[in-house]
Amino acid sequence: MQKVIREKAIELLRSGKVDRVLGWKEGEFFYDQTPHLFLSPEEVERTFVYNGFSGANLSKYLVKEGLKEGVVAVFLKPCDTYSFSQLLKEHRIARDKIWAVGIPCEGKLDIELLRKMGIRGIKTIEEKGDELLVSTIYGEKTVAKKDVLAERCANCKSRKHVLYDELLGEEGEVLDSARFDQIEKLEQMTSEERFAFWQNELSRCIRCNACRNVCPACTCEKCVFDNADSGIASKAPASSFEEQNFHIIRAFHVVGRCTDCGECSRVCPQGIPLHLINRKFIKDINAFYGAYQAGENPDERAPLTNYSTEDMEPGDVFKKGE
Amino acid sequence: MKSISLSNLPELLSAIAAKEALYLPVDTKEGAEYKAYAEGDSLSLACNTNRSAKDFFFPQVEDMAAFKVEGKKIEIIDVRKETEDFVIFGARACDVKSFEVLDRVFLADPVDTFYKNRREHSTVVALACSAPEETCFCSSFGIDAAEPQGDVSAWIAEGRMFFKPNTQKGETLLSALSALLEESDGAAVEKAKEETRTIMGQLPLQNLPTEHFKPEKLMEHFNDPKWKELSQACIGCGTCTFVCPTCQCFDIRDFDTGNGIQRYRCWDSCMYSDFTQMAADQPRHTQLERFRQRFMHKLVYYPANNEGLFGCVGCGRCLAKCPISMNIAKVMKALGGDK
Repeated sequence: MQKVIREKAIELLRSGKVDRVLGWKEGEFFYDQTPHLFLSPEEVERTFVYNGFSGANLSKYLVKEGLKEGVVAVFLKPCDTYSFSQLLKEHRIARDKIWAVGIPCEGKLDIELLRKMGIRGIKTIEEKGDELLVSTIYGEKTVAKKDVLAERCANCKSRKHVLYDELLGEEGEVLDSARFDQIEKLEQMTSEERFAFWQNELSRCIRCNACRNVCPACTCEKCVFDNADSGIASKAPASSFEEQNFHIIRAFHVVGRCTDCGECSRVCPQGIPLHLINRKFIKDINAFYGAYQAGENPDERAPLTNYSTEDMEPGDVFKKGE
Repeated sequence: MKSISLSNLPELLSAIAAKEALYLPVDTKEGAEYKAYAEGDSLSLACNTNRSAKDFFFPQVEDMAAFKVEGKKIEIIDVRKETEDFVIFGARACDVKSFEVLDRVFLADPVDTFYKNRREHSTVVALACSAPEETCFCSSFGIDAAEPQGDVSAWIAEGRMFFKPNTQKGETLLSALSALLEESDGAAVEKAKEETRTIMGQLPLQNLPTEHFKPEKLMEHFNDPKWKELSQACIGCGTCTFVCPTCQCFDIRDFDTGNGIQRYRCWDSCMYSDFTQMAADQPRHTQLERFRQRFMHKLVYYPANNEGLFGCVGCGRCLAKCPISMNIAKVMKALGGDK
């Protein structure tokens, strides 16, 4: 697929249809790719990569790209198109400046899972069918891809592209995912157990803001947490409560807009499963207002900015368990 | 050279903890992290911790003073408590080198007494690396992972841990533990050092170009057109700065408690839009400028002011943690060598 995508990128640049191409640039190792703007066919040929580690969702860069002169082509995996579509719905992207190319995805791999298997000192990685051949300074290892699949991909919600200008490869289907299983487990905990779970996770937060800055739903020009005049600006986890405060406020702000792309958890340097907070909201919206997937349908009104007589009453929340 | 069998290491850790506070890396489900020793904890053998060891001397958040207001009276409350003796057991060569980088900032006039107190009350037991990772590049900055500095250097070889004191504090610690330690020759250690150096020699980033980052090249690097491309995907988070053992910028803030003020300092990041805003403004209005500042500081400004000592120790945390996998190794290659 990398070959097909490179050819498409080169064709788009050569024909003058686009001025820039947004993709993934190879790194020092197989897995450390950087989102990159390719300006020439030669650059594409030299360093454009698409493989199991091209996990970064490029859609948020389109906010910035849409403000520039000329047209940018972007390669979007199925779940990335949900973010793209949601950003368009929020009028954050100049649509006419973007040429969106849908590309297939077999699920992305999580380098942290390889590290947790004790695979260290990686020299090269080769993808071979369902396996990864990893060459390290400590020896050769063969790993089944399914064992190092990122959580968001193991619980993939859709292989269908919701929006694109052209599509490479076959279109996929919306999947019947098990992504709410872990939420149900959390719901079944007592409130003390759940509090302990989140305290343990969030106490590791270092307030680096990577989750916020990578999030396609977080596109405020000035975040309230960066605004000294807001009274709640903070650069530090002042206490365990402070950390929860930040994450809960952020989760409330993206509720109904989060597409569950999983970037927050991918980038967290402390391995906090932040996506679970947002996924809980998604599950609740489904339960309270009917099934809804942010980013899926550009014309559909979002449950929290809509009203219907079927909506749950605010008081219903008190009927819920403990 | 003193040594102890690895099977007796728990007793040694217990004995240190009985004497003073002990911190060591332990394995968690998300990798190794430093923690205060509790009975039963075992030393992580992971190459390195997620967070660096700078927390011990320059914690992410620390209270500096408190003020209590009653009518027209303001009482200043001393909240300082950084004078407790403690031992860091198992810091790696890169992190130990980072203390030297930090020392030159915090111990220069005007001396940062919070930092100084912690440094004076600490004893660092540095552990040589045995399984470096692809992200390691300490050797690019002349650091020998097989010969860590610190108050005591330690090695693991042939089922034993070996110790060599380097300072008076190190001597004191080892003599307090002498009942548990045996005298042994250093042959196993020399072999272990050679093994580590052999592995280091195979690492892809062991020899990054450093010779270009001279003070006289400051403007050339500053004006390099490559910054645009290097910085364009940066999301402006603080991950690199916060996992970095040598990043040293901080902010001081007052928290209004309702009837007083809690004054604290916390890490800051030159990547942030509100960096140095307390003075007037964040002078770097674009992410390109902020990104450039971080790398210029480590590779050009800091060495220019510190006899050529680089502000990076090659621990590799930013390589492993950056959300977009952009990092100092890629910057050094782009600016320094592969032109």
